[in-house]
Amino acid sequence: MEITEKDVEHIAELARLELAAEEKKLYTGQLKSIFGWMEELNKADTASVPPTSNVLGAANPLREDKPFYFEDREAILKNAPGREYDFIKVKKVIE
Amino acid sequence: MEKATEIVSQIKGKKITAVEVLNRYLRTIKEKDGEIRAFLEVFSESAAAQARAVDEKAAAGLPLGRLAGVPVAIKDNMLYKGHKASCASKILENYISPYTATAVQNLIDADAVIIGRTNMDEFAMGSSTENSAFRPTRNPADTSRVPGGSSGGSAAAVAAGMCPLALGSDTGGSVRQPAAFCGTYGLKPTYGSVSRYGLVAFASSLDQIGVFANSIEDTELAFSVISSHDPKDATSVKYPENKIPGGVKGLRIGLPKEYAAGSGAMDAEVARLFGETVQKLKELGAVFAEISLPHTRYALPAYYIAASSEASSNLGRFDGIRYGLSAQGGTLADVYKKTRGQGFGPEVKRRIMLGTYSLSAGYYDAYYLKAQKTRTLIKRDFDEAFGEVDVIFTPTTPSPAFRFGEKVSDPVAMYLSDIFTIPCNLAGLCGLSIPAGKSGKGLPIGAQFLAKPFNEAVMFKLGEELAHAG
Repeated sequence: MEITEKDVEHIAELARLELAAEEKKLYTGQLKSIFGWMEELNKADTASVPPTSNVLGAANPLREDKPFYFEDREAILKNAPGREYDFIKVKKVIE
Repeated sequence: MEKATEIVSQIKGKKITAVEVLNRYLRTIKEKDGEIRAFLEVFSESAAAQARAVDEKAAAGLPLGRLAGVPVAIKDNMLYKGHKASCASKILENYISPYTATAVQNLIDADAVIIGRTNMDEFAMGSSTENSAFRPTRNPADTSRVPGGSSGGSAAAVAAGMCPLALGSDTGGSVRQPAAFCGTYGLKPTYGSVSRYGLVAFASSLDQIGVFANSIEDTELAFSVISSHDPKDATSVKYPENKIPGGVKGLRIGLPKEYAAGSGAMDAEVARLFGETVQKLKELGAVFAEISLPHTRYALPAYYIAASSEASSNLGRFDGIRYGLSAQGGTLADVYKKTRGQGFGPEVKRRIMLGTYSLSAGYYDAYYLKAQKTRTLIKRDFDEAFGEVDVIFTPTTPSPAFRFGEKVSDPVAMYLSDIFTIPCNLAGLCGLSIPAGKSGKGLPIGAQFLAKPFNEAVMFKLGEELAHAG
């Protein structure tokens, strides 16, 4: 399978990862070799096989849609890199 | 090596205090951890306060918990309110937990003393702790070698006697593989049996919190304490009542032919020591049968696609806004990209790239969906095998602990060191690695039992009888 540096740039953009030039080069080679190794999967016959997402086959448990208070709001806010009053600061997204 | 069960009975019998126990372990850490580097942080103050509280309870004649005064280390991806949890990553280096993980709270409620947080591969991605953003941990059996990973710090801490118990997390072998490399017991409980609330998510369909200990009794005790049904974890389930086997005699044990010597790169000494353990189990009356798990060769690629895909999604939250490192940039998108580019290490980036690619438009069916379908085939292999046998027995790893740097430049070679541990997670089974002797060079070798979901008891029974047979 062919993976080019352009593919790597596209994937890095989707993943919101800034990569240095040498990283792009490194990952182009490594992803090529990892995906090459994964070609093995194509030999598995999965034509009529359903995918497994929960190994126990469990259904989503539901709870009442009821808000509750977190015991220590301050502890959460203290971790935020940017803060104003009781809000987390974010850069402007709409002009 | 002192057992947790002995500490509890000595404290309950007032022969020793929890403060004395803690101080002894803190001294051992001081002596040994400069070289081993298992701990990222020792919680000296909060641990001392906890130990004093246990002693006050004892003095007042109040009932003591099942882990009274036992120092327990936790992997650095578990939250403990007011303490750092960094996942051995620069992106979370100064993160302070706003709440406590349920598994850790269960330890605290049982009067255990949380002694510190242990080193790991960044975000639990790796098999050697070499991916820690801070420093690698050394194997106590041979400090020129890795302790395994990703829970390498927890394994090394228990193996070096710096604490009698430690928690780790196992997504593809991250408890069992380091347990085997360091010579401890390592349990990967059934998916859903231990709450993951407060465990930083890596691959949610595979992650499970597990235990390191120096004896089978301690492993069982710690598991019974941390296992609970927790509404805060949507995948947590109520542990069903199961029949406890009377003994090893008559138990049917399967040896997968796909895992046998000659089928891959299995070290001759691993094969020999594994064979000796099989012989011991035969002497205890176990009945062996060869079984087949025909889709084994697909397990590794299916795992790396599924786990990396889930990781690329789970790690989306580290964006420099709500917590952790925040790199300054022009636009909001620049902040995201720079924060993540600077904050994540090479293996984490590699897996995010791998996962993002597998989930991206045009490749989803070929990779992610294909992996999840193959996972069904692997699970069916086990369902069929467990129709014939009660438990499956394999070496934990194909070879003993490797040297630092040996596999760093070749990701696929590193991934292959988890070849025997990964299928268990894909199928949601429980697994237990037990010490199975040492190689000629003195390196520990591990063997693992695999059992059906919620059948930990059968593995414990096998471990107990083997340990008592000597």
